Amino acid sequence: MAADTTQFLRFLDVKKSYDQKILVVKGFSLDVAKGEFITLLGPSGSGKTTILMLLAGFESVTGGDIQIDGVPVTRTAPYKRNIGMVFQNYALFPHMTVAENLAYPLKVRSLDRSEITARVKDYLALVELEDYGKRHPGQLSGGQRQRVALARALIFEPSLVLMDEPLGALDKKLREQMQFEITRLHKKLGFTVIYVTHDQTEALTMSDRVAVFNDGVVQQCASPDVLYERPSNAFVADFIGENNLMPAKIAAVRGDSVRVTVAGGQEITAQAADIREVGGKCIISVRPEKMFIKPSDHAYDNEITANFIVRHYVGDFIRYYFELSDGSEITIKVLNDAAAPVFDEGQLAQLIWQTSDCFAFRTM
Amino acid sequence: MQRFPDYFNFSHKAGVYALRLTAGAVLFFLMMPILVIIPLSFNSEPFFTFTEGMLSFEASAYSLRWYRAILENPNWMLAIRNSFIIGFFATIVATSLGTLAAVGLASPEMPFKRVITALLLSPMIVPLIIIAAGMFFFYTRFNLVGTFTGLIIAHAALGVPFVIVTVTATLTGFDHSLFKAGLSLGANPLRVFRDVVLPLIRPGVISGGLFAFVTSFDEVVLVLFLAGPDQRTIPRQMFSGLREQINPTILAVATLLVFVSVLLLLSLELLRRRSERLRGV
Repeated sequence: MAADTTQFLRFLDVKKSYDQKILVVKGFSLDVAKGEFITLLGPSGSGKTTILMLLAGFESVTGGDIQIDGVPVTRTAPYKRNIGMVFQNYALFPHMTVAENLAYPLKVRSLDRSEITARVKDYLALVELEDYGKRHPGQLSGGQRQRVALARALIFEPSLVLMDEPLGALDKKLREQMQFEITRLHKKLGFTVIYVTHDQTEALTMSDRVAVFNDGVVQQCASPDVLYERPSNAFVADFIGENNLMPAKIAAVRGDSVRVTVAGGQEITAQAADIREVGGKCIISVRPEKMFIKPSDHAYDNEITANFIVRHYVGDFIRYYFELSDGSEITIKVLNDAAAPVFDEGQLAQLIWQTSDCFAFRTM
Repeated sequence: MQRFPDYFNFSHKAGVYALRLTAGAVLFFLMMPILVIIPLSFNSEPFFTFTEGMLSFEASAYSLRWYRAILENPNWMLAIRNSFIIGFFATIVATSLGTLAAVGLASPEMPFKRVITALLLSPMIVPLIIIAAGMFFFYTRFNLVGTFTGLIIAHAALGVPFVIVTVTATLTGFDHSLFKAGLSLGANPLRVFRDVVLPLIRPGVISGGLFAFVTSFDEVVLVLFLAGPDQRTIPRQMFSGLREQINPTILAVATLLVFVSVLLLLSLELLRRRSERLRGV
């Protein structure tokens, strides 16, 4: 069977249950292209790590199939799958030196000693740890250990590399450095990555595509910009980034857009995402940075009135909090410049935005 | 004078001194019987007491007579040989089985963990005399009474709990993702066990093995029940020596045993330090 490069790794309706009653993963299907960087993103307990364990072979699937290069792997032992893995706690062998850790997968594969030495040297250079080969993992910092773990997962040149929250244990600055490091290696070596995280900034900055998980189901799998700008349902809209969500009712449908009534009977237009029934209850979403306070130079085609509550000075921008008559809160980010308005508490304000930045979702 | 915290009143201080006195007394009663046999074993007279010459440190009062007696007595030589043979093989069996059991019991998927652990540790708790009696009747059916195999199996059973306890202790806090990491790097489970798990639990395996050896080495009850004349061990020989021909040879043997134990403990400590240094802790 000749496998398409866009179908290098295939999940076909994969199901997993630990107790034969509750499905942790409910029918997961995804095609991953060769060389792609895919992130599984979701809250804890959403089933994303389980997917990784199924792929690595540490757990067996309850239903469905996983194929790599057209070959089903669910009946292959984990040590024969040739998949690199980076663990959250590094999982370096503490009794071996850094060089011995890197050499281990090559030794297992019975490579020549000279070949092993040469490759270990190359990969130590690749992660910029040339002088650390003789140290033990216990003598390295967190970032260095993670680089060793990365090199060890790559040194046997697996076509597929799994990363299970690899940066979870690092502090913010190191995490950013390592994100850069991982993307650099990915670009340079061209392996396929399945990356699991609950940190959405990490997911959005590093990935080609992000699969947003909730409750064992993929809610949306798309490139970061599509995910952020065109979420396909209310969960994704709420989970990715910050969003203003207002309950509303659909009054009329015009093609791909809907006319909806929000609090106080005010009517606005939104793009229909996954709902278009007249009279149906829906949720309207607008990003805080896509809303503006009148008077403003920005073009707009929606306008509502809201009560000012408070403004928080953040630094580069100012956050304004408003309330609609039904109690739903609205946040607006305004760049900190001379135009940032000042309100009294309870003062009425006109909030405006474009229909293209506003979506109507089925209520969750 | 010891400096106490300023708030200490008389009863605090009295408590401190009482504690030291008790601790000292306990140590004295534990150590004295062992220490006292060492000089006595060099006695040139066939007595179990310090002679006047010994007390005034006359060279002629000391001799290696009883050590020579060990070498010249075929019974003692046989007993020493037997003790080492039985101890060695019992240790090998107990260490291998105990390590495997501990690793299995540490796996999260292991069912009936508590029951199995309790069963395996029972030789530590059940009175030895009951085990000995039970084994005697059981072994008779398999013709194991009065054989080396029988004694090795019996001593291995006594040693297994020590190995399980020490290995389990090193396994707590063992990072199971290391095992997964080994698999993901392409090593089969046996290889991962050999290359990753075993080196990391080695201190526990070695100290467990040492305990198993010492247990076998000074065990007398099972030997009394199960051993024939050909399998008599050092403790068995001492036991009969005490009853039949009482002379300081026993003290010489005991002194040698003390040295063996000290050596074992020292090597254990050295191994432990070495493995800690290797791990860069």
